[in-house]
Amino acid sequence: MGYRIKKGILYFLLIVLAVSCLLPFLLMVVNSTRSGAEISTSFTFIPGKNLKENWEIMSGYFDLFKGMLNSIIVAVPATLLGAYFSALTAYGLAMYKFKGNKVIFAAILVFMMIPGQLSLIGFYQLCTKLHLVNSYIPLIIPAIASPGTVFFLRQYILSSLSNSLVEAARIDGAPELYSFHKIVIPIISPALATMGIMGFIGNWNSYLLPMIILNKNEKFTLPVMMATLRASLDMVRNQGATYLAVTISVIPILLVFCFFSRYIISSISAGAVKE
Amino acid sequence: MFGKKRRLTAYNNWGYAFVAPFVIVFLIFSVYPVLRTLYLSFTDLKVMGDAHLVGFANYKRVFTDKFFWKALGNTVRIWSVNIVLQLGLAFLLMMVFSDVKYKMSGLPVFRVVYYLPNLIAATSVAFLFSTLLDWRYGTFNIMISQIYKLFGARYIPVDWLGNVKTAGYTISVIQSWMWFGNSFIMLMAGVQGISKDYFEAAAIDGAGRWTIFGKITLPLIKPIMMYVAVTSLIGGLQMFDLPYLMSNTASASYGSTQTVMMYLYKFGFTAGTIQTGFASAIAYALFLIILTVSVLQIKLFNRKE
Repeated sequence: MGYRIKKGILYFLLIVLAVSCLLPFLLMVVNSTRSGAEISTSFTFIPGKNLKENWEIMSGYFDLFKGMLNSIIVAVPATLLGAYFSALTAYGLAMYKFKGNKVIFAAILVFMMIPGQLSLIGFYQLCTKLHLVNSYIPLIIPAIASPGTVFFLRQYILSSLSNSLVEAARIDGAPELYSFHKIVIPIISPALATMGIMGFIGNWNSYLLPMIILNKNEKFTLPVMMATLRASLDMVRNQGATYLAVTISVIPILLVFCFFSRYIISSISAGAVKE
Repeated sequence: MFGKKRRLTAYNNWGYAFVAPFVIVFLIFSVYPVLRTLYLSFTDLKVMGDAHLVGFANYKRVFTDKFFWKALGNTVRIWSVNIVLQLGLAFLLMMVFSDVKYKMSGLPVFRVVYYLPNLIAATSVAFLFSTLLDWRYGTFNIMISQIYKLFGARYIPVDWLGNVKTAGYTISVIQSWMWFGNSFIMLMAGVQGISKDYFEAAAIDGAGRWTIFGKITLPLIKPIMMYVAVTSLIGGLQMFDLPYLMSNTASASYGSTQTVMMYLYKFGFTAGTIQTGFASAIAYALFLIILTVSVLQIKLFNRKE
C-alpha cells in the first residue's frame, strides 16, 4: 500500500476520534432546540423549533444563572487568591534562606501526594465547628494554600528569575514587597496565567466539596445545581429542556477555553515534564 | 563584612512574612483536617455527641466488611477498563504523532479537540450521557436502532446504565473519553522534550522508524509514562463524580457501580447512615491501598532499567 494511502487512513482515524469527542456536544446543542417527543423518537442534526419552549420549561424549574453567578462568586476570588498567595509563597521559598524553609517545602511535596479524601471528613467537621457550613469561605480561603501551584511557581522562579535583579532593586532602596509586585510578578506572569486558568477551571468544575459544604438551594454553585437536575426534571416530557440546561452550563468554560487553550495545553505539558 | 551579613539575614527574615499566609491557611485547612480524620478513624463518633477512642475497631471492620471489598472491586474493575482504554489510546496517538516516517501534521488542532471533554464539569458530562444513554428515549439507542433499520435489522435497546453487566463498562468508557486527551498531551510533551539531535543522529546512522521509537522515544519518555500512570492511579481509585452521578440507588446496577469513595460518602455525609469514625477509617484504608499500589508501581517501572 502506498505511503499516501496509509497516511490518509491515519488521518481518517484521527478525524473519527475527533468526531467522537465532538459528537455528544453537537447532539446536546441540536437536542436543546427540539421537543421531548421529537428527541425520544428520532435523531437528527437539524435543529428544531422548540428552543423558546425548552427555555421556559427549564427556567420554571430553576435559575441556572443564579448558579452561574454563585460559581463566579466562588471561582474568581479563589483563583485570584490562589495565584497571588502561591506566587508570594513560592518567591519566599525560592529567594530567602530562613529556618523552616526546607520543612515547608517538604510538607508541600507530601501534601501534593496525599489524596483529597483524607481531609474531607476532618474538613467538614472543622467547617461545622467554625459555623462555615453554607458559607463560601471554605470554598475560597483554602485556595491560599495550594501546594501544587506553589511547587510549580517555585521551580519557575528558580529557573527564570535572576537574583541580581532583586538585589539591584534593594540597593536602590526598594522595599521587598514592592520589588515582588513590580519585578517578580511581571516576570513570572506567564506561569501565573497558566496556573490561574487551570485553577479557575478546577474551581469552576468542583463538585464534591461544594456539595458537602452547601445545602441551601440558593447557595448552590453550577455543578451542584446541575446534579439536582436529574431528580427534579421529568425526563421524558422535558428532554429538550434538560439538554438546554447542560448546554448553558457548558458555555462559560468553553469561552474560557477558546481564549486560553494555549495556556491550558502548556500547563498540562509542563506538569508532566517537571516531574 | 559583619554589617553586610547582618543586612543579609535581615533580608532573609522577610521570607517568614512571604510564607506566613500560606503556612497559616495550610495548617488550618490542610494539615488539621488530615490529622483530624486520622484521629476520628480511631473513634466511634456517629453524627454528633462525644467521640470515644475504640482502637483499631473501625479498621478491623473496614477490612472485614464485604461491602467495602465489593466497592473496592468495583473501583478497580471500572478503573482498569478505563485506564487501559485511556492510556492505550493516548499511547497510540503519541506513536502516530511522533512517527518519523509519516510526520503527521495538525497536532495543535487535534490536541485541543481531544482535550475538550476533559474541560466540562463532571456533573454536566454525567447528565449529558445519562440523557443520551436513556434506555427508551435516549438519542444513543435511537441512533443505533436507525442504523440497524438501514440494514433491515431490529435493535433491542440496551439499558447501558441500568444493566448490571454494562453499567460499569459504560462508566469506564465515558471516563476514558474524558481523560485520554489529557494523557495524550502529557505523553506528547515528553516526546517534544526530546532533543531533535537524537532523531537526526539515528536517521544518519540508518535506524528504521521502529528502532528509533523503541530505542530513543520510548526510553526517554519513560519517566512521563510513570508519572501519568501513578497520577491516574491516585485519581482513579478516588473515583467519585461520574459513578455517583450516573448510578441510581434504586437501579439494579447500583451494587456494581458503587466505588470506595461512594461508600465513604454514604457513611461520611449521607443523612441517616452517618458513622463518622467508620468513614474516616475507610478514607485511611483507601489511602494505605493507594500508597502501597503506587509504591509497587514505581518499583516496577524502575526495575526494568
